[in-house]
Amino acid sequence: MAILINRDTKLITLGLTGKQGSFHSLQCRDYGTQVVGGVTPGKGGLVHEGIPVFNTAFDAIKQTGANAAMVFVPPPFAADSILECIEMEMPLVIAITEGIPVKDMIKVKNALKGSKTRLIGPNCPGVITPGECKIGIMPGHIHMPGRVGVISRSGTLTYEAVFQLTQRNIGQSTCVGIGGDPVNGTNFIDVLEMFHNDKDTDAVIMIGEIGGSAETDAGHWIKKNFKKPVVSFIAGAAAPAGKRMGHAGAIISGGDDTAEAKFRILQECGVTIARSPAELGQKVAEVLKKV
Amino acid sequence: MNVHEYQAKELMRAQGISVLRGGVATTADEAVKIAEKLGGKIWVVKAQIHAGGRGKGGGVRLAKSLDEVKKHAGDILGMQLVTHQTGPEGKKVLKVLIEEGCDIDKEYYVGIVLDRSIGKFVMMASSEGGVEIEKVAHDSPEKIIKSIIDPAAGFTQAAGRKLGFGIGLKGDQLTKANKFFEGLYNMFMQHDCSIAEINPLVTTKSGDVIALDAKLNFDDNALFRHPDIEALRDPTEESAQELEAGKYGLSYISLDGNIGCLVNGAGLAMGTLDIIKLCGGSPANFLDVGGGASKETVEKAFSIILQDTNVKAILVNIFGGIMKCDIIADGVIAAAKSLGVKVPLVVRLEGTNVALGKKMLNESGLKIIAADDLADAAKKVVAAAKGGN
Repeated sequence: MAILINRDTKLITLGLTGKQGSFHSLQCRDYGTQVVGGVTPGKGGLVHEGIPVFNTAFDAIKQTGANAAMVFVPPPFAADSILECIEMEMPLVIAITEGIPVKDMIKVKNALKGSKTRLIGPNCPGVITPGECKIGIMPGHIHMPGRVGVISRSGTLTYEAVFQLTQRNIGQSTCVGIGGDPVNGTNFIDVLEMFHNDKDTDAVIMIGEIGGSAETDAGHWIKKNFKKPVVSFIAGAAAPAGKRMGHAGAIISGGDDTAEAKFRILQECGVTIARSPAELGQKVAEVLKKV
Repeated sequence: MNVHEYQAKELMRAQGISVLRGGVATTADEAVKIAEKLGGKIWVVKAQIHAGGRGKGGGVRLAKSLDEVKKHAGDILGMQLVTHQTGPEGKKVLKVLIEEGCDIDKEYYVGIVLDRSIGKFVMMASSEGGVEIEKVAHDSPEKIIKSIIDPAAGFTQAAGRKLGFGIGLKGDQLTKANKFFEGLYNMFMQHDCSIAEINPLVTTKSGDVIALDAKLNFDDNALFRHPDIEALRDPTEESAQELEAGKYGLSYISLDGNIGCLVNGAGLAMGTLDIIKLCGGSPANFLDVGGGASKETVEKAFSIILQDTNVKAILVNIFGGIMKCDIIADGVIAAAKSLGVKVPLVVRLEGTNVALGKKMLNESGLKIIAADDLADAAKKVVAAAKGGN
């Protein structure tokens, strides 16, 4: 079952013929994802590595019947591509692109309201349902099919968590990178809701960062609604205030957006805390024993 | 990206937003000339650094004669101004803004920030101006009036009225404030700002509504379409290493510890700093080499880390996804050879091409402390920095 994507997902890549778009589309296909097409304006009609290329998302969606899109379009044009997918009522759009201006994302967020599209990202590693479908840039081989869901604002830190699980022979149902930007399409609560309804997920790892209130909002939601165990790590306890730590969204602006405050609130909400990123796998193993 | 107050005010003036007349000087004599040109009997001399709290630190002074302008400008220029935002070492003042005085009636606050939870900009105003707005938000949140701006509709007169009436303005001043709010919002959007703060916004005894101070931040991700804003960047306000790192696509932030860190991915880089602290060590920097690093950028990253003479040990922590471990290994070997890395080097590699990367490091003849996993790496580098090796 899992969430968002499975072996029936049909993917198109926006920005297919670029270096990154091409490399990762082929990696996804090697993993078993059905990559049915790609979009690069001006290259419509070509076949790239066996994948048909279209000029517009409109053509690609109509002719391939794709139900998911992966966005590798460069930052100045990425929002436009996402908007095009929303207009085409593409059910799932996963935006990998890093560096999209906030103003553009506000426009996208507004267009998403009431639309038929679920946007994951931008500035995210993507989504993987191990053994079935990979859409994104994560290394497929570290994953293993199983029953733990993963949600994260970070890329490599997610790989770290997944790796620790797989080493302990704990598989994953679906891993979702929601991205490190201040304005994104999907937040922790959206994904928690999906895991809540997923019979095949027993526990969840939630990896957050300093900045914003997404983790604490999720904590309050978990306390009220979520019955499965959640293990959480918040990156940035050692970060100084006022400095952007790589991700546009990872900046402490005062108040409850420090790692310390988030750890405290999550703990109050019944979430199991991993103070160290090296403890994530072990903590999950512990909570699973109690299930 | 940050700009100085005088630059922010120039952008506002160009938009028709009311600010005081003034000019920027780098010497006391220039300051006097500006004051003469402005005329009047009272001037304000303001230190131009990228930090708040300048007044409390002695960086903002009132002058009642041209002699006083000269004295204050002379005192402030070159001073090491310490505020709650500069750190204890302070910031050297290289420019002062000379402004005409004004007859303040009452001080207010107005700002625009992003509300991340709804993905919209919010305009805020408060009758409690001239003090730290965080304090107002904490002590009396009801005194902060908010208008959420719909991105499709843009600024509306109704949004402005809510703020204006909310902070107790009426009549002509309400109309003027509304025009001010609208101008500020339009400028904010036009230049892709990320934060605007006017603190204080003042009403004058003659009935005007004017920005006394101005702080603007710009979205780094949008600078590609604003070369005019990029041109306002003041390199003396930014760390040389951070600027240099940026040129190579590296994200580097200097910290005050002694363990240099080279990591891929912002989240893992933060997590690495956290675990070093948990193990009793202290990181010297945050450094994310990103997903597209080459041998050359890894080499560059090493040279930037080693410019910090506090560094007693280095931890390389790579979880290869896009980043391949062999490329990192190649860069580490090249850097160790060309830069002559003298401090202990702990390397933890995982992910894509990990076997090849480890093999290259083993065969390089370099003295590298290999780590099995994240916890092991942190422990080893903390021990190495303490000389335990």
